[in-house]
Formats: sequence, structure tokens, C-alpha cells
Amino acid sequence: MDKFTELTAIAAPMPTENIDTDQIIPARFLKTIQRTGLGKNAFAAQRYDADGNEKPDFVLNQEPFRHAEILITYDNLGCGSSREHAPWALLDFGIRCVIAPSFADIFFNNCFKNGILPIPLPREICDELMDDARQGSNSRLTVDLERQVIVRPNGETIAFEVDPFRRHMLLEGLDDIGQTMAHDTEISSFEHRPSRAWVPSITIGTVK
Amino acid sequence: MPVTNSPRTLFDKIWDDHVVERLEDGTCILYIDRHLVHEVTSPQAFEGLRMSGRRVRRPDATVAVVDHNVPTSDRSKPIEEPQSRLQIETLEKNVAQFGIPYFPLRSASQGIVHVVGPEQGISLPGMTIVCGDSHTSTHGALGSLAFGIGTSEVEHVLATQTILQKPAKNMRVSVEGKVGPGVTAKDIMLAIIGRIGTAGGTGHVIEFAGSAIRDLDMAGRMTLCNMSIEAGARAGLVAPDETTFAYVKGRPFAPKGGAFDQACDYWRSLVSDEGAYFDTEVTLAAEEIIPSVTWGTSPQDVLPIDGSVPSPSDVADPARAAQIQRALDYMGLEAGQKIAGTPVDVVFIGSCTNSRLEDLRAAADVVRGRHVAKGVRAMIVPGSGLVKHAAEAEGLDKVFLDAGFEWREAGCSMCLGMNPDRLTPGQRCASTSNRNFEGRQGPDGRTHLCSPAMAAAAAVTGRLCDVRELVKETV
Ligand code: SF4
Repeated sequence: MDKFTELTAIAAPMPTENIDTDQIIPARFLKTIQRTGLGKNAFAAQRYDADGNEKPDFVLNQEPFRHAEILITYDNLGCGSSREHAPWALLDFGIRCVIAPSFADIFFNNCFKNGILPIPLPREICDELMDDARQGSNSRLTVDLERQVIVRPNGETIAFEVDPFRRHMLLEGLDDIGQTMAHDTEISSFEHRPSRAWVPSITIGTVK
Repeated sequence: MPVTNSPRTLFDKIWDDHVVERLEDGTCILYIDRHLVHEVTSPQAFEGLRMSGRRVRRPDATVAVVDHNVPTSDRSKPIEEPQSRLQIETLEKNVAQFGIPYFPLRSASQGIVHVVGPEQGISLPGMTIVCGDSHTSTHGALGSLAFGIGTSEVEHVLATQTILQKPAKNMRVSVEGKVGPGVTAKDIMLAIIGRIGTAGGTGHVIEFAGSAIRDLDMAGRMTLCNMSIEAGARAGLVAPDETTFAYVKGRPFAPKGGAFDQACDYWRSLVSDEGAYFDTEVTLAAEEIIPSVTWGTSPQDVLPIDGSVPSPSDVADPARAAQIQRALDYMGLEAGQKIAGTPVDVVFIGSCTNSRLEDLRAAADVVRGRHVAKGVRAMIVPGSGLVKHAAEAEGLDKVFLDAGFEWREAGCSMCLGMNPDRLTPGQRCASTSNRNFEGRQGPDGRTHLCSPAMAAAAAVTGRLCDVRELVKETV
């Protein structure tokens, strides 16, 4: 996973609530066995017409937003399916940071696992940042994870909260499997608790 | 494992019993009893294991099944779509390499992972259960803590049999009283989502309680917990009781003999203590719930069947008004129109929400002696091979086939349209699935969520209608 430290980039405004993961990446594109290559189909239904031509009124088809690395939306971003293909599609498109008043739990989690920083901020602030974003190509936001601030084009800073453990993992680009494996002894001793004796094993092999 | 004397919720108890270790910032290493794996969200996880030379820690706590991609037509033929075939073959290669128990496509027990788990006794009360699928919440009906995870977490669980999480908040939704005739678990759940909204449960685990919930059979409880995710919750739970134990007993992978009794003793302790703290409490009166459908493109867009579609002018918030307008345009509906009477093109009875034997019986009760309306395509997709078989043993297949329904093989099918079962643009569908998002059942398809009985009523009348009017004579 790539580290996330500081990002200065174009932000795309999508003033919509409940953007679900089916919108971010429709099911028919989930047949891949890889993590990459989904960016071209991110938001496919809104981005392309039936013949595969770009719809000019969709924000990510417009300059400068087709180069956006930050996405700003309204409440409950990423609701619906647990598909990690949603953050993979965003990442493959180039998005490294998503800002919204609230997020769906699984999507929020999945973002961190892929080096995307999700930032919850009040709706009024999202509106202000969207206004900044709409000012065109010279208008960039800086997201500084080290200092936990967003710097607006006018120099004003907005502080944000992030879970310390997740911040650390992002800053260092760490894989949490390795970290958990270091607790192998505790996991093994948990598995041997007598109170767990009733938990059946499922026999190896194909089940009928 | 901090066991305190203060009253605890059902969620707290299951959580506490699975904490391996609490890290400094409060994140817990939580042990996972069952990991269910399917073909769509696992390939990248297995690939990750291979790249880092890791093994699957507990193949004997892991079960794989194919469901999302599989055709629901004749299975003697090879799978036509090359990408679907590749995903299924990849799963088969992975389960073979890592020694994971697997229900292949041709197994008589293959089906939707959330139907197969409980049906086989793989999912049991008191367990922690995960799957790379948001509707894992279904298994919470057994009184287990079950939630969906992303593919990175699938890899984490494969490698460590644990996940990293902080405890959720507790919410209790109580439905008190008795529901009227024709009102099902699906209507109860739609009413709950309509009340709290699709983000109402965010950060929470919902415990469903109250006499109307106690009265539900296991299939109904699964329908309820299944759609917890549509209310934004991490998981849904129903405290295990005698209904649960009777359901579990004798299932292929359930504990047997003395182990079953030991398990039951433990399971009986899994109830929220008197005075346990819930961050959020919601109460609904069962009598007020009537058969419901969704009108829009979010599961919270719920209407009782006698209701009218909202208008953008009903709301003050301009963003919300724009969203209503957009949903109306997408769904091809007029503001203020009655939802009953809306003609449908397709009826889909299936999905992990409503594809169990009890669901098919409820639909058959409406269909018996009637015929699918002209111009309507109606399909039944049983949740598993065993459900299909049991339904056939009761003659339900004949009821449906005689009425002009398609009777198909088990799988996710038109719930998400990854296989060839898809809506074409503009088609309107009464569906027993769980999501009415734009394009969910096929690009530009229009979905109205409802119960199996309501879907069956739509099939035979060709319109969204109140099932209670069709079965008046019998109820
Ligand atoms: S039936 Fe639908 S919701 Fe359920 S697991 Fe399959 S695709 Fe997901």
C-alpha cells in the first residue's frame, strides 16, 4: 500500500447523498480477479451513455475534475455493498482522499486499507470546500495527514480527526496483517480456551 | 476479556467472548469463528496470501461457495461468460491450494452463501461470522455477530482468523404487538428502514427485539437481519431462543449430542441483560405496519402500498428535493401518484433476503390457481439447491410453472445482475431483493423492493398491488 502523507490536488464536488458502491463501480465490472484497472469504469452509469461516450455534464468528465485526486460529497458516502472494488476503482481513477459529512462503515474501512484517506467533516464545511473546488484548475486543496489539516486555496486551515492507529498505518504505508501476526501466541491461546470446546470444525475437502 | 458485572447487551457479550486482545487505542483483535468465502470478493485476497507466502490459518473454520456469478439456467452446459468462468475457476484453484471446504456449482447444496451458512449449520448462535459481502448480517438471525468485510479484511481473516475492529454502538429496535395478515418480516424491515433511514444504523449493531420479532420464524428473522445493512448498521442480531435451537438442531455442521447441549447452555446466556445500555432505541407498533414497497432508488424510499409517491416540493432541503426529483425521473414516476397500480414488467423472487422455503411458500399461496399477467416475466430463484429440492418435494415448482413462472437454479441472479439475469433499460421490476439502487438489477432497470407475497401479487395482476386484496378470501 502506498503511504499517505500530504496531498495537494484538484478536488471534484459531487453534492449528492447516499452515493452507493453500486454507483461507484457497477456489479458487471466486478468480474476481475485483480485490484487494478477499474478506474475507467468508476461511476460508469453516470459517466458514459449507452454507446460508451462520455456524458459531458458529469463532473469527472469535465476539466479540471478529470484529474481530481480528492472527491467531496454529501452524507453516507459508500453505502451498500462491501465491495472493495469501490475504493479500488476510485484509487485507479486517481482519487486518494474522500471528504463527506458521513460515510458507510465498510467503505470507510476499505478506504484506509487501500491508502485512501476518508475525512468526515460537517456539511457546511463540505459546502465550502466544494465552492473552493468549483473555482477551477488553480484551486487546489492540500490534505496534510501529519498535521491533520486541510489547507484551503485561501490559506485557511481546517482541522480533521483521524483514528491514531489508522493514521499511523497510512503515514507508514503499513500492512496490518503483519502486525496482527505478531500476536500469534495470543491468538493460539484464545483458540484453546475450554469455553470454546463446542465450536465444531468443518472437515477439509469438498462438502456435498 | 474484560468481564464486568454491569448489565451487558447481547452484542457486548458476543464481542467480549471474542476479544483476543485489546490494543492501546481501543482497537480489538477479534477472533472469527466462521469465514465464508465467495468468488467475487476473494480472488485478490488469495493472491495477496500467495504473494506474501502466507497460509490460511484455519481452513476448518472457512467455507467457500459460488453464488454471485453463477448462471441460474441449465447447469450441464459450461458457463458462457468467460470472466464469470475465470472467477469461478480461480476460486476452485484457491480452495484446492489452501485446503478450504467448498460447495461447488454442481453440489446439491450449492446456493447463496447467506442461505447455505445457516441451512448447513455452519453459522451458529454465539459465533462471530464474516464474509466479503455486506449481507453477512443475515446470519445475525441466529444470534451470532455477523458482518460484511472488504477484500483486504478477507485476506486478514484468512491469514490470522481475526479482524481489527473497535466495538460498535448498541441500537435496539423493538417491534411490539402482532402484525396483521399479509404483513411479513420484509414489511417490518422496510418499515424500520423507512423510519430510521439508510444511515440510521451507521456505527451500530442493531438488536431486533419485541414480541413481533419473537413471533417470526428463522426465515423471517434472516430477512430482517439481512437488511440491517440497508439501515446502515454493521450487523443485526436476534437473541437466540427455542425457535433458534430447534432450527439449528440436526443441521449437518451443527454440534451433536453432548456438544449440542453444552452449546445450548451457552447460547441461553446470550440475551441482553435487564438494564443494559443501548445508545439508541427505536420502537415500532406491529399493528401499524402494512405491506410495503419502495418507490425510489434508496431502500429508505419506502411506502405503504396504499401510499403516494412523494414530491420534491414536500421537502425544504434543496439537495433532498433534487434527489427526490432524480429518483422520480429514474423510476419513471410522477410526484404524488399512487404507488398501487403501477404496472411491472418483471417479477424477481429470490436473493439472500427472500429465497428460503418459507418465502417460496408465501409466494405460492398467492399464485396458486392464478396465472402470471400477460407481458410479465416472472422468475423464482431458490436460495439454495436444498431449498429448491424441498420446494419441489412440496409441489411448489408445479404451482409456479403452471402459473407461468420460470423455476431456476440457485444463485444471486437478478439481485445484482452479474450473471445473465438482468433487467433491460427502463424495465420495472417487483423484487424481493434488498437494493433498489440505480442500475442494481441491470443498467437503467427500475426496482421496487417488496415481500415475496407482494411480488407474487404483482406477478399475477401485472401491477404493484395490495396482496391482502387478493387473498382476502383466505386470510
Ligand atoms: S443475493 Fe444479492 S445481496 Fe445477497 S449475496 Fe447475492 S448479490 Fe448479495
